[in-house]
Amino acid sequence: MAELRAIYVLWLRAMKRFLRAKSQVIGTIVMPLFFLFSFGFGFRGLSMPGVSAGIDYLSFLVPGIIGMGLMFRSTIVGFSVLWDREFGFLKEIMVAPVRRVSIVIGRLLGGVTTSLIQGILILLITLFIGFTVPSVSAFFLMLLLMVLISSTFIGLGLILASVIKDTQGFGLIMSVILMPLFFLSGTFYPITNLPEFAQVLSYIDPLTYGVDGLRGALIGTSMLPLSFNILILLGTSALMIIIGAVMFERTESV
Amino acid sequence: MIEIKGLTKKFNGLTAVDNVSFNVGKGELLGLLGPNGAGKTTIINMLSTLIRPTSGSATLNGYDILNERDEVRNNIGIVFQIPALDNQLTGMENLTFHAMMYGLSKAERKKRINELLELVDLSDRADTLVYKYSGGMMRRLELARGLIHKPKVLFLDEPTLGLDAQTRHVIWDYIKKLNHREKVTIILTTHYMDEADFLCDRVAIIDNGKIIALDQPSKLKDSLGGGTITVETESGKVDKMIKLLNFKWLNKIKQRGNNLILNVSKGESRIPLIVNSANKCGVKLKSVSLRKPTLEDVFIHFTGKAIHDEEMSNTERLRMRFMRGGMHGRA
Repeated sequence: MAELRAIYVLWLRAMKRFLRAKSQVIGTIVMPLFFLFSFGFGFRGLSMPGVSAGIDYLSFLVPGIIGMGLMFRSTIVGFSVLWDREFGFLKEIMVAPVRRVSIVIGRLLGGVTTSLIQGILILLITLFIGFTVPSVSAFFLMLLLMVLISSTFIGLGLILASVIKDTQGFGLIMSVILMPLFFLSGTFYPITNLPEFAQVLSYIDPLTYGVDGLRGALIGTSMLPLSFNILILLGTSALMIIIGAVMFERTESV
Repeated sequence: MIEIKGLTKKFNGLTAVDNVSFNVGKGELLGLLGPNGAGKTTIINMLSTLIRPTSGSATLNGYDILNERDEVRNNIGIVFQIPALDNQLTGMENLTFHAMMYGLSKAERKKRINELLELVDLSDRADTLVYKYSGGMMRRLELARGLIHKPKVLFLDEPTLGLDAQTRHVIWDYIKKLNHREKVTIILTTHYMDEADFLCDRVAIIDNGKIIALDQPSKLKDSLGGGTITVETESGKVDKMIKLLNFKWLNKIKQRGNNLILNVSKGESRIPLIVNSANKCGVKLKSVSLRKPTLEDVFIHFTGKAIHDEEMSNTERLRMRFMRGGMHGRA
């Protein structure tokens, strides 16, 4: 009970901070939308090899943009751990009689919720430019995929935050890692268009399965079976979070 | 309340805390006084289970800091050296966060938070975001927060670091008030002599990780002898005055021009005797002054050096400025 209360208040704090940081909310939506509009309209009417017939490029792009937005948004959890360390608040959390696992779960739930809000906001905006969600079940499948994608990258953020202790270094390393993940994931093009060696890298990239899964759920066409994508993401999110939690457990708060 | 036996902490071969042992009684306000880097914060970090000692042990309210960490954490409150508040939350939200992390129910929480906000006079600012608080307000909020879960022991790590003189005195008053009203045992670290002297029931002087003296401030000062009285006579009367001063309690007399410097104990009670005997024999005194030893003198006596008011590091200063959102000082 005490642990649940702690998880709840950690989640609540994340929500309050999220809603108060207007620039953060806007900032994380603007970048995906920027890509969506420039590429979506720029390449409108272009027939991209590897995209199934009957799917226009904008529809192909939307799930990719949602996935990419989730990835970038999720790493904020790792960033907030460092932020708390810098401002001393981490000590306040660490000295409380609460198990470290609960602290990780609280942060994870906070991060997943904010990512979901962001993902849904992006989806809402795409509805205005002609994107459609085919069914209620597709919507819930999308939510499931969103949870898995953000959990994976929250785990990655926690791992990095345990290794890199300063916020600047964290930002730098994050962008070095995220950019290739972003471009290899097939957000803008089917990865089958890539040379073979790059395709191998794409299959290591968890975001590939996220984007492909979202396509399966939202536009009904995907490279891999939807259930396979979900299975892989279940694995990556569990793995990342467990490693992240173990490493967080070991970090000294002072 | 606290029993410490042979507590030692080494960092990469450097001994930060060296075989420290002492006890703290229930309700006592004990000060750890020493320069920066003496090991004060390390002692607190070990007692609060944030870091593990290299050797030695301690119990807090009967709980072992090594084997009963959760019980220890439930029994302590801490105010860290650098403000540890979430400045994007309001004062009330910071307190609620703490209360929930420590498992207080909703009813308990409400009652306790209101009680403490009143005690530190922040009730009317409870719903303001913390980044708008002044440094003194942040400290008061942290004092209140440290006490929400009714800890048996409260640790205060340099509670007035970086505050201006006026605000420091205000914080001192609150610390005394909390000590009495909440009947909480307090251990505080400081490198300010006046702070230790004013606040603490007992002071442990720490240097290079070792406790070199531990007693009531007044006893520490008395251990150096009571102080010096300087008597200034009218010119030409110095020799006569010296003859008058044949008191048994007088340890030493030094002459400097028309000034006599007397080494005495219980100086304040000797002044009337000196003045009376001078009057009786017609020696006019121009001035009499008494200087009692301070804790600074005690520190110099034991370590052979003065505590330097070391500058805060740049990052520390920046961080504190940032936390306070540019509003300095006022409590």
